[in-house]
Amino acid sequence: MEAALSILIGLFFAVATYLLMSRQLVRILLGIAILGNSVNLLIFTSGRLMREVPPVIPEAFQVPPGPIANPLPQALILTAIVISFSFFAFLLVLAFRAYQELGTDDTNEMRVAEPTGEASPPQGY
Amino acid sequence: MPLFGPEATFFAVLAPFAAAIVAPALTRAMGHNAAWPLALVPAAVFVFFAGLVPQVAGGESFTPGIAWAPAYGVSFSFFIDGLSTMFALLISGIGTFIILYAGGYLKGHAHQGRFFSFLFLFMGAMLGLVLGNDLLTLFVFWELTSITSFLLIGFDHLRAASRRAAIQALVITGGGGLSLLAGFLVIMSVTGEASMSQVLAGGDVLREHALYPLILLLVLGGAFTKSAQFPFHFWLPNAMEAPTPVSAFLHSATMVKAGVYLLMRMHPVLGDTALWTTILPVFGGATLIVGTLLAVRQTDLKLMLAYTTVASLGLLVMLTGTSWEKAIEGAALYLLAHSLFKGALFMVAGTIDHEAGTRDVTRLGGLRGAMPVTFVAACLAALSMSGLPPFVGFIAKEYLYAGIWGDGGIYYALTATAVIGNALMLVIAAAVALKPFLGAKVETPKHAHEGPLLLFAGPVALSLTGLATALLAHSTGVYLIQPVITSITGVQSTVDVHLVPGYVGAPLILSGLTVLLGIVLYLKLDALRAAMAGTLAAIGWGPDKGFDQAIAGLVRFSAAVTHRLQSGRMDIYMTLTFLVAAIALLAPPLLTNSYPAALEMPDFRFYEWGVLVIAAVGLIAVLTARTRLTAIVSLGIQGFAVALIFMLFGAPDLSFTQFMVETLSVVILALVMTRLNLQPRDHRPKGYRVVHGLIATALGVGFAMLLIRVTQLTFDRSLSDFFEAYSRTIAHGRNIVNVILVDFRGFDTFGEIAVVMITGLCVLALIRVRPKRAAEGALDKASGDEALSKREEVQV
Repeated sequence: MEAALSILIGLFFAVATYLLMSRQLVRILLGIAILGNSVNLLIFTSGRLMREVPPVIPEAFQVPPGPIANPLPQALILTAIVISFSFFAFLLVLAFRAYQELGTDDTNEMRVAEPTGEASPPQGY
Repeated sequence: MPLFGPEATFFAVLAPFAAAIVAPALTRAMGHNAAWPLALVPAAVFVFFAGLVPQVAGGESFTPGIAWAPAYGVSFSFFIDGLSTMFALLISGIGTFIILYAGGYLKGHAHQGRFFSFLFLFMGAMLGLVLGNDLLTLFVFWELTSITSFLLIGFDHLRAASRRAAIQALVITGGGGLSLLAGFLVIMSVTGEASMSQVLAGGDVLREHALYPLILLLVLGGAFTKSAQFPFHFWLPNAMEAPTPVSAFLHSATMVKAGVYLLMRMHPVLGDTALWTTILPVFGGATLIVGTLLAVRQTDLKLMLAYTTVASLGLLVMLTGTSWEKAIEGAALYLLAHSLFKGALFMVAGTIDHEAGTRDVTRLGGLRGAMPVTFVAACLAALSMSGLPPFVGFIAKEYLYAGIWGDGGIYYALTATAVIGNALMLVIAAAVALKPFLGAKVETPKHAHEGPLLLFAGPVALSLTGLATALLAHSTGVYLIQPVITSITGVQSTVDVHLVPGYVGAPLILSGLTVLLGIVLYLKLDALRAAMAGTLAAIGWGPDKGFDQAIAGLVRFSAAVTHRLQSGRMDIYMTLTFLVAAIALLAPPLLTNSYPAALEMPDFRFYEWGVLVIAAVGLIAVLTARTRLTAIVSLGIQGFAVALIFMLFGAPDLSFTQFMVETLSVVILALVMTRLNLQPRDHRPKGYRVVHGLIATALGVGFAMLLIRVTQLTFDRSLSDFFEAYSRTIAHGRNIVNVILVDFRGFDTFGEIAVVMITGLCVLALIRVRPKRAAEGALDKASGDEALSKREEVQV
């Protein structure tokens, strides 16, 4: 089971990185969203899969009576989902504002911080 | 810790640092007269070390100290013997007069307090250097002298020449310091000892070790750069950009002798080998000749003196390099003599500059009437420098000739070098002491008159000391020179120093020859200078120019590298990052041949297959989307598929959150996307698409293989078991995931909430800060969604 899911995760990573290597803001944003999912699934799968038994202790027990899904990766991923979402929202707005200010969605043309043809540093003292 | 005796050395070294702290405030309060109370500090240090002289002269040595970092075997300890006491006396004694001199020289300067502070910092560092016992603390003080020297040379930092000289000195001496550190580390690993006194007790251990040549070269790398040996000599004349008190103190009397000190200090364990007696005399001799010849070429008083300092350091290295006891006696005497006369002459040069407004000998003359005291001090010091009786310089020259004179090629070569060098030294001494004062009065930029007491106290005191040490030759020998020789040779030695030569022999004849040659050359000085200038112009290149070229080349090289690596193109950064990541993932299994075991057909149910296929289809659709709507919907599809996977494999909380988040992402994305245009086609040319596709595939395969391999290993459930066992019993919660989040890892969640809040604020700020162009208000809705997400987060 894990192996099949691993291959799917490989596909997730491949698609995400392919989009991230683009110069278009929109494709980069899509790539970021998918990359977040890839990583979450990676953590989830490496904690091993267990069907349909959520990590909840029944009312009558102090400890789980039988095998349950691994709670630890779930806790980690829950945090990760929320944080990656908040950053995704931030990046979306940032990209939009950059587009508004600079009038382009091509990262190669966004050169305010690293202008082309920058003068060489002084060679004297 | 006692206040007197060797144990109190700690305070003596600390005192200048304390003075460095109070100096600025004191100068603000008292003006240049702060020099008087401040000079008491080095004077007290001098008295302290003078008090140790009788014991040291009796053959004792001390190693007081405190543990500093015992875990690393580093202690803050001192090594007091003849050599270090002599240096400590020179540093504190000359330092006293330098402080006074600086008071007069920089009178009224806006940063005089800062200047005092730097001088004291240097003084403390130099004391620490010559007294340091632990090799690592010695190195720290060694570099500290380089740094303080940098600050002092660059004191007048508004001039480019000062900045250049300061950087040059720091690069050369600091680089040499690193070589020294490497040498010390090798010594420590070879001997297993961390302190100088222990290393010196090791006898032939270092000399007989296979790494001896390496150790020697590394130590020489430090000593030669610090003591300005050819071809590293050029930084020293450039350091004359510093105010004259600095030139007199650091760049003639003390700091530049640190290299010589190190050579003398390590002589018992590193010296007297074929390598030592070859390298040192060759480089020392070359430095002596080059230094004096370059000095003749100059017309600036300070530069003339600076080049003779280079020459004198060469002479000291040459003498130390012979490893003959007699020559070392000459070196010890010359060391003392040089510090006294060179310190005095520099101060004289500074006084002339200060009072007459120029220090160019061709523009000076007839000052003897206006500046009688300075003239007398200059003459006394110059006589010592020329090696004439009855000054300590004369004794030094007698002893060094006696030390290197003999029958054989090597002796002739050394003697010839020394005679030529000393004769030229006499020329410079005469030029510095006589040219500005004798002859017809020359109109100077400032109306010249005698400097104040603060300015002439130093030259007078130092030149008189040069006379006194010669007149009291026997005491000088017993109390100062003999302990130094004992330190350098490593065996108890007896030296009888006397002013009047006991016999008329080779040394006296050589001295006479030197004086004659010197007088002849002095009379031909102008011709000599023109000849040297012509020769140098013909060569047209020197290490000084080479330094500029090297620095400019380094700047160009690093600019080119930066330009290449930091191209400013994000797609290139991303491509490189993923390429490296893919290599990092794929290289280990390929190199170690550890592939995952063969896969079995997974026992998925049909609907599980269905979810997997939906996710894959969603991904492919995002990749190939031609319209914005398709892209957004496809992104939603893969997101919901992930949520379904969570649902199917026992993670309802994740699934729920994922659904929420995915919905919100799609909504916000739709809002933004209506304003950003998605070009229907991928902009990338075919070649790029292939390369990016290959990298992306490699990365995907890498992650898949990694994950398959990991999941094939046995799983360590201990952490999960812990949470399962204690979730209900300790934290009283049945939903284990929630208990982990809010209880076991509560602070993590707290941090997470903070992150979400901050990004929310950032989004708000980005939207509120309106662009110059009026923007539509629709995006405000996005911030509303963001707030919604926060609320949802709190619920989780």
